[in-house]
Amino acid sequence: MTRFRRRKQAVIVSFQPHEAEILAGMLRNLVELLYDGMPPRPQPPGDDPLAGLQDLEGFDGPTAPPEDAVLQRLLPDAYSGDDSAAAEFRRFTERGLRDGKAGDAKLVLDAIEDREAVAEGIEISPDDQLAWLRAINDLRLALGTRLGVEQDDYEVWEKLSEDDPRRITYDLYDWLGYLQSALLHNIH
Amino acid sequence: MGGGENGAVTTAPSELESPEADEAVEAELPWVTIVWNDPVNLMDYVTYVFQTYFGYSKAKAEKLMWQVHKDGKSAVSNGSREAMERDVEAMHSYGLWATCEKS
Repeated sequence: MTRFRRRKQAVIVSFQPHEAEILAGMLRNLVELLYDGMPPRPQPPGDDPLAGLQDLEGFDGPTAPPEDAVLQRLLPDAYSGDDSAAAEFRRFTERGLRDGKAGDAKLVLDAIEDREAVAEGIEISPDDQLAWLRAINDLRLALGTRLGVEQDDYEVWEKLSEDDPRRITYDLYDWLGYLQSALLHNIH
Repeated sequence: MGGGENGAVTTAPSELESPEADEAVEAELPWVTIVWNDPVNLMDYVTYVFQTYFGYSKAKAEKLMWQVHKDGKSAVSNGSREAMERDVEAMHSYGLWATCEKS
């Protein structure tokens, strides 16, 4: 059972080793999905002052929504009923959103891949708490989308039999909800 | 929004229906950011996002969260189109489902 406690402004989270491994696996999948078909932009070498300008030229992102259902949920259209405005918004924001989400996931991944830190309890500083909340939320969105979770249908999922293949995914989804709630509770 | 055991928010909706005072201001700001209900995001997370990103009081954030949950959507901010696109982008970064609309 994952436990949380506070130390001044930080939150200490104690994962069982297998819990940390499961969370790490889900985060690696998320990062892979975010960069699927859209690798991170190459970082300009050195401190070239013109690098920012070059970056503007390469600002173009995709204009069509992703095909994958999870990516569609993570990167939704910003305009409903106005395809050209939605495409234009996507062109300027989607790469940045993917990078941001992958960055949140990697921050959490770095923390939970440190076995010593996991054994001692991971200290989540105030600066890192938002990244944890967002990464856990993106994982919940991913699993919830794959499962087809609908409004207030948790009783349906709770009643899944132990040998239903969706059971383990739902249990993970539920656990992520617990993690997010507990983290929020300890931040407030 | 996700309910279940983790989603409980203890404030009753009836306590949150005080009218907004700034309707006159809203009329001059032609664009709005709409946040839509979805079955996954937890109520207390949505409230936290409204407090953290917009700097809203807990009461206002909870009122907007309940609007999203019960009405299916809520206009959570208003202003220029550019400002609303920034807000929508931020909501997407938090995993909330948001769109821009002309009000």
